[in-house]
Amino acid sequence: MINVLADFGRAGIRAVGGLGRASVLLTAMLAGLWELIRRPRLLLEQVYSVGTLTMIIIAVSGLFVGMALALQGFYILSQFGAEATLGVMVAAALVRELGPVLTALLFAGRAGSALTAEIGLMKATEQLAGLEMMAVNPVRRVLTPRLFAGVLALPLLAALFSALGVLGGWYVGVGLLGVDDGTFWAQMQAKVDWYEDIINGLIKSLAFGFACTWIAVYQGYDCVPTSEGVSRATTRTVVHSALAVLGLNVMLTALMFGN
Amino acid sequence: MIFDGVDMDIPRGKVTAIMGPSGSGKTTLLKLIGGQLRPDAGTIEVDGQDVHALSTAELYRLRMRMGMLFQSGALLTDLSVFDNVAFPLREHTTLTESMIRKLVLLKLEAVGLRGARELMPAELSGGMARRVALARAVALDPMMIMYDEPFTGQDPISMGVLVKLIRQLNDAARLTSIMVSHDVAEAGSIADWVCILSGGKIIDRGCPDDLVKGGSDWTQQFLKGLPDGPVPFHYQAAPLVEDLLGQSA
Repeated sequence: MINVLADFGRAGIRAVGGLGRASVLLTAMLAGLWELIRRPRLLLEQVYSVGTLTMIIIAVSGLFVGMALALQGFYILSQFGAEATLGVMVAAALVRELGPVLTALLFAGRAGSALTAEIGLMKATEQLAGLEMMAVNPVRRVLTPRLFAGVLALPLLAALFSALGVLGGWYVGVGLLGVDDGTFWAQMQAKVDWYEDIINGLIKSLAFGFACTWIAVYQGYDCVPTSEGVSRATTRTVVHSALAVLGLNVMLTALMFGN
Repeated sequence: MIFDGVDMDIPRGKVTAIMGPSGSGKTTLLKLIGGQLRPDAGTIEVDGQDVHALSTAELYRLRMRMGMLFQSGALLTDLSVFDNVAFPLREHTTLTESMIRKLVLLKLEAVGLRGARELMPAELSGGMARRVALARAVALDPMMIMYDEPFTGQDPISMGVLVKLIRQLNDAARLTSIMVSHDVAEAGSIADWVCILSGGKIIDRGCPDDLVKGGSDWTQQFLKGLPDGPVPFHYQAAPLVEDLLGQSA
C-alpha cells in the first residue's frame, strides 16, 4: 500500500516537474519571437515542413470523413424527411468539431511525432550542443520557428480538412443519394454562422496547434538522448497530444456553445 | 563529485592534451570550459573572463571566439557541407554571400574537402565529417578550439590526416588547442603539454617526453597501456577459490 502511494507520489512529482520544464521552455521559445519576425524565412521553412508536407493525409482524410458523414447523416435525416438539411449537418459538424479535432489528431501523428524525433535526434547527435557552442541559441533557432509554424499551419490544415469534407459530403449527398444541389448549398449558406461556427472552429484549431506543437517540441528537447529515449518521447507526443486535444475540445466546446 | 581540487592552466598558443581513462571526466571538463555545464564550486577563466559569471549574451560573445569539435562531428544533418561551414558566418556576420562563399571554400580547402562541398553529412565518412566539423569550428577564426576525442573510431589514414590538421591549424592560425583524448600515441605526438586526469584529480602533467620517461607508475601504466599496475586488471572481488567453492552466484 505504501509502495503504491510512493509510486503515485513519484509520478505526481515527475508530472509537475515536467510541466514546470515545459513552461520554462515555452517562455524561452516565446522570447525568440522577435528574432523570428526579423527572419521570416526560418518560419516559412518550418511551415513547409510541418504544414505543406501534412496536406495530403489531411486532404484525403477530410474527403473520406465528409463522405462517411453524409452517408450516416442521410440515413438518419431521411427517417424524419429532413434530407434537405444534409449540407448544414455536414458543414456544421466539420467546421465546429470534426475538422479541428481530427486535423489536430492527424497533425500530432504526422507532424508532431516527426518534430519530436527530429529534435530528439538533434539532441542525441549533439547538434543542439553544437549550436550552443557556435553561440547560436538552439531554442530560438530550432524550437521557436517550429512552435509558431505549428500554430500557423494547423488552422490552415483544419480549413482544408473541412472544405474537402464538405466536398466529399456534397459528392455523396448530391451525386449519389439524390439530395437537391441548390438546397444542399443554400441550407448550408443560411445556417452555418460565420462567428458561431467558423471563427470558433478557427479558435479551436489555434489552441490545438499550440498544444500539439508545444508538446512535440518539449518532448523532443527533454528526451533522453538515446534511440530508446527518442522512441519513447515520440510515443508520448502522440498520446499526450491526443489527450490534450480531446480535453481542450471539451472545455472549448463548453465555453463556446454551452449556455 | 567529478573533479576534486583540479587546478590547471592551459598555455596560450599551444596544443594541450587532456588524457585519462574513459569516465574520468575529460568531456565534462570541456563542457565546463565552454559554459555548457556549471560547476558546483570553483572558477573557470577563459581569456581572463570567469565563464560562469558571464551573462548569457556575454557567454555567447565568448563562444564566438571558441571553436569546438564534437566527437560525433555534430554537423547539421539537413544542411550540405558548404552550408554547415557557412552556418556560423551567416549567423554572426553581415558578410555578403560571395564573401562567405570564398571563406567557406578556403576553410574547406584547408581540410582537403573543397570538392565535397555539395555532399550532405549522411554521405560523408566519419573522418570526413570530422574534417568538415573542423572547418566549421574555425570558420569564425576563433582564439581557441576544443577537440573532444578527435581520433576515436578513425581509420589510420583519417587519424593521420586529423593529427596533421590539428597541429597545422594550431600553428597557422595561432590558436590555443585543448584536445581530450585517450589515444596516447596520436595525442602525444602533437601535444606540447599533457595533463592526465583520473579519479577527479590531475595525476600528472608535463611535456609528453618527460611523462613517458619520468611519470608516476599510474602514468606509465596509462601511457604504455600495461594491463596491470596501479589500476588492477581484476575488478575487486572475493578470492577465486572462495568463489568457486561457494554456492551463491
